[in-house]
Amino acid sequence: MKQKVGLAVGILLILVWCLLPVVWIISLSFKSEESVTTGNPGFFPSEGTSAGWDNYKKVLTDDLYDYFPRAIINSIGISLIATLLSVIVATLAAYAIARLEFKGKKFVLSIALAIAMFPVVSLVGPLFDMWRTLGIYDTWIGLIIPYMSFTLPLAIWTLSAFFREIPWEMEQAAQVDGATSWQAFRRVIVPLAAPGVFTAAILTFFFAWNDFVFGISLTSTEAARPIPASLAFFVGSDPFNRPASLLAAAAVIATIPIIVIVLIFQRKIVAGLTSGAVKG
Amino acid sequence: MTTTAVQTATAKPPAAASDRSRAENRLGQKLVAPAIILMLLVTAFPMLRALWLSVYDYALTAPDDKELIGLSNYVTALTDPLFWQTTGITVLYMVVTVAIELVIGFVFAMVMHRVIFARGVVRTSILIPYGIITVVSGFAWQFAFSTTNGFINGWLPGIGDDFNWFGETTPAVIAIMISEIWKTTPFMSLLLLAGLAQVSEDMIEAAKVDGATWWQRLWRVILPNMRAAIMVAVLFRALDAYRIFDNIFVMTNGAQKTESISFLTYRQTIEQFQLGMGSALSVLLFLSVLLVAYLIIKIFRVDLAQARQEA
Repeated sequence: MKQKVGLAVGILLILVWCLLPVVWIISLSFKSEESVTTGNPGFFPSEGTSAGWDNYKKVLTDDLYDYFPRAIINSIGISLIATLLSVIVATLAAYAIARLEFKGKKFVLSIALAIAMFPVVSLVGPLFDMWRTLGIYDTWIGLIIPYMSFTLPLAIWTLSAFFREIPWEMEQAAQVDGATSWQAFRRVIVPLAAPGVFTAAILTFFFAWNDFVFGISLTSTEAARPIPASLAFFVGSDPFNRPASLLAAAAVIATIPIIVIVLIFQRKIVAGLTSGAVKG
Repeated sequence: MTTTAVQTATAKPPAAASDRSRAENRLGQKLVAPAIILMLLVTAFPMLRALWLSVYDYALTAPDDKELIGLSNYVTALTDPLFWQTTGITVLYMVVTVAIELVIGFVFAMVMHRVIFARGVVRTSILIPYGIITVVSGFAWQFAFSTTNGFINGWLPGIGDDFNWFGETTPAVIAIMISEIWKTTPFMSLLLLAGLAQVSEDMIEAAKVDGATWWQRLWRVILPNMRAAIMVAVLFRALDAYRIFDNIFVMTNGAQKTESISFLTYRQTIEQFQLGMGSALSVLLFLSVLLVAYLIIKIFRVDLAQARQEA
């Protein structure tokens, strides 16, 4: 009984910890713009200062904030392309690591580990310079390349952990039973490998969606600036006073894809995170 | 490995087997080549370039005045108190946040390990801070601490409604740390959960039968058996915390001496266009990360094979 109470308290603690700041930013996004400029303290909008959906309408449609919808398009495009390419490259590498014996396997794993710990900021100077020379500064491709490089380690770990668990003999068993190699691959291996590939894709997407350092250093206009960078440069009509409630509305919009992904795929993400970093 | 098992089962003659292993070797290397090239293209190559640029006096505002000055940039950086101050504050961020995350993360992991009902709800909520954009977390906490629109001053007893958290170093650093801890504790707790799952229930049960208290079971059985997982989690999080940047950028923009070494490097390169000096700082940042990694691995004897999954 005592244990059950402790557990319930623990669950409550986790929920409050995780959700309070999220509820707070949502609540802030409903405070009216005028009341926020003069000051509207408190967790919920004070009496008569609720803005309804006005702040959301404004950041999505007002010309003053036209860089924000553009940033949403940039973020979605860049993150999806980077995820797709990174997962393809990582799948090839992870297959080799899990299935084949070859020289340099340790080297690949060490490089991946080293990159996962790399101080990204130390790269922005040289990359800034190189990208300008190559003409890919402030373009989608200029962000996609570093996102791929920095998500590969996580994707390779997650995938090779999954691939090790696949009973590959089943492929041969299917062939013995009369399936062609393509059928064996398509009907047996793909369904077994798909969850792992999918998990790697989600984790890669999170990284690209979250990135800030490359987003502010390798872009200068709205042509490629992703959401986090766009939020940091968010200015309203008064450049010395950040429009807190509008910014909150934009932040909530940026969080929606994360919440949707988490709601649908929580089991897969947990499995991927725990298998990718510490082998069970 | 399954491959070797299959090979021995088919029992090829020796010559064919070595042909086959050579082909396997080539195929393996071909398959990992794109990943290796991509990873090195964006890290090793720019790092070498930084090394080269760092011995020049080179500002993008005056590219024609580029001049070879040897190690002067390093001397300037290392003799500047600002460099040591930012390094100090970075180490402080790292030590405090990782220590607190380890404790809270372990409590969360224990709860998640035991929870039966509401498992999906707990998992979903723990993943929200993990997935949320760090910049959003920074803004959420900055506004929460703000005097004009926040709620924290109103909720905390003993703190005046007009207390400015961002007016002085200590409260500003605390605010930044809170945002950092909030966002990354879930990651820590998931890594610890994986470690906790490896501790055998029989062993805990046996200790219980032998009369060990809850506290003794925790310290004598559970923690020693998940040592490897704890160390890997600490290593990953510590190096991540050492690179702290986003929260500082959003919450204080480096004001009130809250600037970290990453932020200083960024400011020199991107905001002030001092590529020479910025590159020297990049190299120093890189070396300091290596040093931190080395120290953690040595002091805590982290098993890197485990981190590389060679078990």
